[in-house]
Amino acid sequence: MIGLSATMFWFLNGRVAGISGVFGDLVLGRAEARAPKGAFVVGMLVAAILFGLAMPSAFGASPRSIFTLGIAGVCVGVGTRMGNGCTSGHGVCGISRFSLRSVIATMTFMLVAGITVFLVDHVWRIS
Amino acid sequence: MKILTAFAAGALFTGGLAISGMTQPEKVLGFLDVSGSWDASLMFVMVGAIGVHFTARRLLSSMKKPVFAHAFHTFASTKIDARLIGGAALFGLGWGLSGYCPGPVIASSVVSGRPVLVFVAAMVLGMAAWEIIQRLRSVDTNEEIIADVAVPAPRVGTDAS
Repeated sequence: MIGLSATMFWFLNGRVAGISGVFGDLVLGRAEARAPKGAFVVGMLVAAILFGLAMPSAFGASPRSIFTLGIAGVCVGVGTRMGNGCTSGHGVCGISRFSLRSVIATMTFMLVAGITVFLVDHVWRIS
Repeated sequence: MKILTAFAAGALFTGGLAISGMTQPEKVLGFLDVSGSWDASLMFVMVGAIGVHFTARRLLSSMKKPVFAHAFHTFASTKIDARLIGGAALFGLGWGLSGYCPGPVIASSVVSGRPVLVFVAAMVLGMAAWEIIQRLRSVDTNEEIIADVAVPAPRVGTDAS
């Protein structure tokens, strides 16, 4: 379904379905292609509300504290804009077209995320 | 039509995230935790999405332009630089700390309550901070270009966002 969604957005609207890019452009007020990007995010949110009602178990809570989530949010915000992409943009869309940049970015963030989880859960045991 | 299809693509995206377990941070952390009880199922989600998207791009590679837009939009940069690696590393740190990446957390923001809203607010703050730094240095952050070729048969070294 994610692949199909990315395919639709590319072949119908000519855009890469990278969430950090689409969402970031909207909240940062970039004028470019505001309508389709806005519609994409609204579609995400409407579907989330419906899924939340139909299968609440699909949405879980993070085991981390609010404080940790705040720090993590800043890291994700800066990191995805600085590196031009997240799991969807680099991980799915980028790798699908053999972008070397995306392959390297994806390996980097998966590796760092893995090391982070290892340190947090097994070495420091913090939440 | 353009708006409607973008809306549908967004809805489908959330559907994929919710069904696959990407909106359950515990599960995502289990996937990232290769040293503990590794939950590899999300690997198949990613490989599946890549497989579908890759195949579709190959099959439709003769299309000159998107159905409801004038051109395909892609990115000019092919540089593998400190900014790319640094950004990806910082994103990985945040992902590993929380179990959330942008897609799932935005979808969860209308369902999962306060902790997620804190994350989203912090993420917007981070995005804005980077934007401000870039503007102060007067660098264009998204050198978006219109692809002059049709759908590039998988092109090496273009950028994603």
